[in-house]
Amino acid sequence: MPENLSGTVGPEQQFKNFLSEGKFMIQRCKSLNQFFFHPRVAFPGSGERDLEWVEASGNGVVFSSSCNRRLPEKGGDFNLSLITLEEGPRMMARVEGIDPDKVEIGQKVKARISSLNGEPAVIFDIV
Amino acid sequence: MDQNDINKLRGKTAVVGLAESGCGLASGWSAMEIMATAVHDALDDAGIKLKEVDGVFAATAFHSMAAMSLSEYLGVKPKFADGSQIGGSSFLSHILTAAMALDAGLINVAVVAYGSNQKSIGGFKTISEAMPYEAQYQPRMPVSAYALAAKRYMYEFGASREDLANVAIAARDWALLNPRAYTHQDGPLTVNDVLSARPIVDPLGKLDCCLVTDGGAAVVMTRSDRAKDTKNTPIYLLGAAMEHHHRMISEMPDLVRTSAIESGERAFSMSGYKPNDMSTIQLYDAFTINTLLFLEDLGFCKKGEAKELVKNKNIGPAGNLKVNTNGGGLSCVHPGMYGLFVTLEALRQLRNASGDDVGQRLDGGWIDNAKLSVAHGNGGVLSSQVTNIWGVSDTL
Repeated sequence: MPENLSGTVGPEQQFKNFLSEGKFMIQRCKSLNQFFFHPRVAFPGSGERDLEWVEASGNGVVFSSSCNRRLPEKGGDFNLSLITLEEGPRMMARVEGIDPDKVEIGQKVKARISSLNGEPAVIFDIV
Repeated sequence: MDQNDINKLRGKTAVVGLAESGCGLASGWSAMEIMATAVHDALDDAGIKLKEVDGVFAATAFHSMAAMSLSEYLGVKPKFADGSQIGGSSFLSHILTAAMALDAGLINVAVVAYGSNQKSIGGFKTISEAMPYEAQYQPRMPVSAYALAAKRYMYEFGASREDLANVAIAARDWALLNPRAYTHQDGPLTVNDVLSARPIVDPLGKLDCCLVTDGGAAVVMTRSDRAKDTKNTPIYLLGAAMEHHHRMISEMPDLVRTSAIESGERAFSMSGYKPNDMSTIQLYDAFTINTLLFLEDLGFCKKGEAKELVKNKNIGPAGNLKVNTNGGGLSCVHPGMYGLFVTLEALRQLRNASGDDVGQRLDGGWIDNAKLSVAHGNGGVLSSQVTNIWGVSDTL
């Protein structure tokens, strides 16, 4: 990378920019042929920097799930899950379209880009 | 440098004074005032003058540069200070760093301290920044993270909420024997009490979660040659190790295996003792799931078997394993970062068994003939894990 980073944006902002364009992109290390999440400037643990963005399949499996209890006037209960993507990495997200306490480990889910508090967000639906 | 070098620290340093301050509710006291009171009380306990303190170690959720703020408040000019912040286990890592600095001759007297007035100023206090890639989903940290681990644990090992409840019940039973415990007067818990408590983040309810209290604590450490000449029974640091592999729960490699596996293995190896040699077991129980995970990861049973180990009140006062004998973070005290209280209890049990007056307990609250204690600290979201092994002079 050039020393002067001005005029470019880092991987976190690139990820958000992709989401704004309606694309759920994750990084892949070309030499290792391995995907990872969250976005970084180099492959975690070994530091390879030959990275590329690839559109995620959006297919995933619920790794764990929780129902976060919240007063109705504050928006009510909501789901918070960890999803293992088909490409390998894991991420935090919400599973929607089902009661927040009915999401079970092992269920197959599919990503879509929605919004949370006005920001684009990856949300999963049960398939 | 080979791995054996750290083992040369075994038994080289000791705690010679300890104190807690403002535990429960301390309205009208600042976090610094509570912390500094604990330091002065710990020095009084040790019979060491403030002027002799040349090493200061502290972390809080109130001070971005806690070691520096505490030094200034005390009027101490430390030759070495460390305010490393790795969450609630910070103090157990400070103890390792203090031992290294003492052994290297950088300092002669170290204080390790913590203070919080979170409860009296409104509730759980954190200085954690929002986590990228997680914050937008609005997790209720830290409880959401521990709930995700608990859910996965229940799935992988067929554990139930009743198994988690056994941890809370045992903690309360210990608290009933400890007049210092916040819930000392509250009576015992039943499985039904725990299961019917207000749900917070499923599968964790209110009684699966630690208390929210005020409180401060401090310990005083010296090299062992000096420790022998102080007025209290010195408690020697026999083993210490740390490890962490994530900051965010979404990055935890395996939700049911913590890096206590690594910290515990190295700390026990350094001490020359095994888990089953421990007279008391003090674990950072911010949530009921913690105790199950750490009993397994530190080697008290195999992975997935802690739910059997905690049955039949086996970790309570009448049980075989003396776990969290003060009542733990669940039923004794939890002022936001609990690590130094895990340490205090490990030390107090050993000092009491050696004849020091470190307070009163009801019958069964003190462990007879206790010679070795493990203190295990956890920080972040099952993130940083630090294990300390403490022993009396016969164990050196």
